[in-house]
Amino acid sequence: KKITGFTKTAYGADEKLTPYDDVTTYNNYYEFGTSKSDPAEHSKLFKPTPWSVAIEGEVKNPRTVNLEDILKIAPLEERIYRMRCVEGWSMVIPWVGLPLAQLIKWAEPTANAKFVEFVTLDDSLRMPGARVPILDWPYTEGLRMDEAMNPLTILAVGLYGEVLPNQNGAPLRLVVPWKYGFKGAKAIVKIRFRETMPQTTWVKAGPREYGFYANVNPTVDHPRWTQASERRIGGSVFSPRIKTQMFNGYAEQVAHLYSGMDLRKNF
Amino acid sequence: MLPPNRKQLGLIKAGLFLLALIPLARLLWLGMHDDLGANPIEFIERSTGTWALVILLVTLSFTPLRLLTGTAWPVQLRRMAGLFMFSYACLHITTYIWLDHWFDWQEIAKDIIKHPYVLVGFAAFVLSVPLALTSSNAMIKRLRQRWKTLHRLVYLVAIFAVLHFWWLVKKDITEPMLYALVLAALLAIRLVFTLRKRKGQMV
Repeated sequence: KKITGFTKTAYGADEKLTPYDDVTTYNNYYEFGTSKSDPAEHSKLFKPTPWSVAIEGEVKNPRTVNLEDILKIAPLEERIYRMRCVEGWSMVIPWVGLPLAQLIKWAEPTANAKFVEFVTLDDSLRMPGARVPILDWPYTEGLRMDEAMNPLTILAVGLYGEVLPNQNGAPLRLVVPWKYGFKGAKAIVKIRFRETMPQTTWVKAGPREYGFYANVNPTVDHPRWTQASERRIGGSVFSPRIKTQMFNGYAEQVAHLYSGMDLRKNF
Repeated sequence: MLPPNRKQLGLIKAGLFLLALIPLARLLWLGMHDDLGANPIEFIERSTGTWALVILLVTLSFTPLRLLTGTAWPVQLRRMAGLFMFSYACLHITTYIWLDHWFDWQEIAKDIIKHPYVLVGFAAFVLSVPLALTSSNAMIKRLRQRWKTLHRLVYLVAIFAVLHFWWLVKKDITEPMLYALVLAALLAIRLVFTLRKRKGQMV
């Protein structure tokens, strides 16, 4: 279960980690059920191996690649990131993964590629929640090319130095730390390069509530939840909420991607 | 079946009292053993809110029970049930104000105004305050016919409480829908009997 041979990085070295038990028992992963405890309970028998990912769309050579070969594209790194859920809670998670930019360079997208779409596993035999049409399966997410190429964006294959648990999106998931957690597509089976903006699952489910960009933004409220503050998971019943930061505290690295954009409209 | 005598009714009331304390005892037990999950405040909020709603539906079921089966004596348990509903609603809102928002009144006011599900929940609580305050025998005597009118507010409280749950849920509305169906059934039984009675009077 342990991952060997990943390098530590300076990212989030000063953060207090959310306990492993909380990170692996409090999950939103509707393919395994809609309550927070469902994914851990209903994914026990899920086998994420063997696994392959289809690379398609605007690329020189569309192809299918095995997980083992993805792991050879770039050395694995540990990245400690804050994760802010749109529901108003957050965690600090030590991910292990590789920069998405490295995979994109390896995939050689054409000049037409403006967006990357992530399609995830839709297998109702192995995922009991996917039998229920709660969302428009398969769960699909997307990034603009420059967001995908940003050094913060990673494909995670582990956490806490261990192989990614099923409930956290094994074997391969997206982590975009300045965006709300739902952007982090789990169990990715297709990476499709596109000229046009992909239709993403939560935007389809509620276009008034969820946007394509989904950047963490304390000044743009969600119709249901306040986004000004958040509850950090792992505290006691007497821990106060903490203030939510613009771009989840990663403004220095990503704010330039959105210069000139109205973030109220492009939420 | 014969209705219970005074002594039996006392025992039934005592039993119901202890039964209604179980959800609170469970929360205290889990809290003491650090077993409230990854998000303990949310857990307490959800649990107290759910039990307030369940007990509210129980409170509203005594009259339909009488209408359908002719068993009238359980209505005598209604006040206690209603007060337990109010107690759990108080715990629910205390958790929200204290543990969740640490008396940040400005944030709380914003949350209530800006978010429909919080607003209806808050309205349900506010409307249930006068019901709890006028639940004593003395108040029933003093208000007479007006007491009955005032306590019809409970229907609004129940509708708001179900809406509060419904609008809170992100996507999977199964659970709030169950509560909505139970409430709809309880209200429909009343409506049918009221209409029948009116028709009877007209003839």
